[in-house]
Amino acid sequence: MGFNHKDIIGLQGLTREEIQLLLDTADNMKEISGRDIKKVPTLRGKTVVNLFFEASTRTRTSFEIAAKRLSADTINISASTSSVTKGETLSDTARNIQAMKPDIIVMRHAASGAHHYLAQRVSCSVINAGDGAHEHPSQGLLDMLTMRQKFGALDGLTVAIVGDITHSRVARSDIFGLTTMGASVRLAGPPTMMPPGIERLGNVTVCTDMREAIAGADVVMMLRIQLERQGKTLLPTLREYARYYGLNPQNLKLAKPNAMVMHPGPINRGVELSSYVADGDQSAILTQVENGVAVRMSMLYHVSGGELPTE
Amino acid sequence: MNLLIKGGRVIDPSQGIDEVLDIVVENGAVKELGAGLKAPAGAETIDAAGMIVTPGLIDMHVHLRDPGLEYKEDIITGTKAAAAGGFTSVACMPNTKPVNDNKAVTSYIVAKAKAEGLVNVFPVGAITQGSKGEALAEMGDLKEAGCVAVSDDGRPVTSSELMRRALEYAKGMGIMVISHAEDLSLVGEGVMNEGFVSTELGLKGIPWAAEDAATAREVYLAEFTDSPLHIAHVSTKGSLRIIRNAKTRGVKVTCETAPHYFTLTDDAVRGYNTNAKMNPPLRTADDMAAIKAALADGTIDAIATDHAPHHLDEKDVEFNVALNGIIGLETSLPLSLKLVEEGVLTLPALVEKMACNPAKILGIDRGTLKAGAVADITVIDPKATWTVEADRLASKSKNSPFLGWEMKGAAAYTIVSGKVVYSRS
Ligand SMILES: [Zn+2]
Ligand SMILES: [Zn+2]
Repeated sequence: MGFNHKDIIGLQGLTREEIQLLLDTADNMKEISGRDIKKVPTLRGKTVVNLFFEASTRTRTSFEIAAKRLSADTINISASTSSVTKGETLSDTARNIQAMKPDIIVMRHAASGAHHYLAQRVSCSVINAGDGAHEHPSQGLLDMLTMRQKFGALDGLTVAIVGDITHSRVARSDIFGLTTMGASVRLAGPPTMMPPGIERLGNVTVCTDMREAIAGADVVMMLRIQLERQGKTLLPTLREYARYYGLNPQNLKLAKPNAMVMHPGPINRGVELSSYVADGDQSAILTQVENGVAVRMSMLYHVSGGELPTE
Repeated sequence: MNLLIKGGRVIDPSQGIDEVLDIVVENGAVKELGAGLKAPAGAETIDAAGMIVTPGLIDMHVHLRDPGLEYKEDIITGTKAAAAGGFTSVACMPNTKPVNDNKAVTSYIVAKAKAEGLVNVFPVGAITQGSKGEALAEMGDLKEAGCVAVSDDGRPVTSSELMRRALEYAKGMGIMVISHAEDLSLVGEGVMNEGFVSTELGLKGIPWAAEDAATAREVYLAEFTDSPLHIAHVSTKGSLRIIRNAKTRGVKVTCETAPHYFTLTDDAVRGYNTNAKMNPPLRTADDMAAIKAALADGTIDAIATDHAPHHLDEKDVEFNVALNGIIGLETSLPLSLKLVEEGVLTLPALVEKMACNPAKILGIDRGTLKAGAVADITVIDPKATWTVEADRLASKSKNSPFLGWEMKGAAAYTIVSGKVVYSRS
């Protein structure tokens, strides 16, 4: 079977087989990154535009490396969302970029649904590198790849996701992806950060106490608290947040002994995670980053409908 | 011009009439209702067999965007859309540029509507100067210039004290206050109803409590000041519960809802459809059921469209930055007739909510076919089927979530002061 989508806007709606395929290909791609010459000609002659309306060095660099390893020509455009207020709309930007005839646009945008909008207006492929609080499919896939490498399969895993669920696109992509793949997800966080109806997104349980969520879990995924977004209404103080919703060596003991600790990064040390946990041997944070490149190679490869690497 | 409207099912709740009758119109007024009437000399005859004949429909909540925002709509295109939708009168909200908070703007609207408008235009003035919520507008002057109500629609009067004074002062001037009930601090940066769909789409939500809390405040202020109050575009179950309860206590509160609130839910936002973005936002199936129940039990007095035209460039953008509002004048009648098909309302009850009650609430001498009344009449073809197509809408703007929808029912003739201003054939 193949991957018959022009775009990857989110993990919602992808089938089990399609996710499987993206992950299997990522596993293969990982081998390329281990070679002396980390390059295959798969996307030679193709143009990938990285269009970032929100700063994110990590994700942008990861996509850029992924594209280069597949021999694509990459162009980075950092656009400011403020150009919208100056009169240039996303549809103008879309038309301009389209005129450059790229094959793939990798976009990050602060507005949920921006990729949906763009994909309907350009003929090239669109990959979502994060839209508002909606989805971040490459992060979801790299999380799943990291879990699959450790546990062999995603079926039957229990994954606890803790933190600001309302504003997290990572949480949504993880929920869509993991529940499609047969894992169960438990969510915890302050009720000010828990959106209504989230349990209806799949095999998802909402816990009031973080300890309840991580008890017996295979994976504990800690979400980043957006310091700038927290304001004064969602949380009293970071100190209290760390106390009730932070992961430390004590509450980590509640999870399975071999449980894996994850975080989409960048970490607020001492807030979501204590340094003991972030740097401890259960932490998979750096593996996540490493897997990011392979997953993004897989995504670029599948939307381009290219041929398999021959070497 | 004189008219004989022959053999239609005449529904006029103001006289308790629902039977097949002829209507004679002479010199712009209703002369006579009866069976087998003869056409007066030089009269045109409208064959209304199989049609429904009602007092001219009144949309008590529209935005004509004139003056200042004519690129969206103006008094000519807006009243054309109204006529095509079967409306003989509209009340237009004051959030124009400049805001209709003074005699000069009101007079401009009245004069332009008189000279070039197809239907009656009843301006609504602002509650506060510039609709800024800081100082009361000159309501006496506004009324004298022709305003039939005051409202800061588009935004709430955030200060409770100022709202109290507005209700008291308006009462003294004999003008009705229309409230856009919304607690802005609860709305925050919300762009759609807060619920499962906003969670799934990752869009910021507007909780129902933002409307309910504000409605409760308005109702208590109306009760305290013993002033009449009309709540615009009610969209939640909770607001209706508050209003129903207030009515049983004798509070002088009336309210309206719009066809989109009893036709669509927040599901329509899926796909980030900016034509489903409005304020208040589309709610849930639960709210929709409550609205139908409130239409049926009389808690909701009127159906108004909140016709809110916007330019394509203001809707063809990311959902977050799209402007709120949809056009509604040309789809209101068929969507409302569906309520009759569904058994929510009888036809006479629907006519009450689309003609008689709006006239009563605004205190205008319309909404009746009594002999001697101004001959504002709508002839409805209940069986006409048509598709909503952008090119065929009379409104300058096309921001409708109903584009492509099959509609049943349409205005066959719209008659204002005895003159046919729209005919479908
Ligand atoms: Zn309003
Ligand atoms: Zn309005």
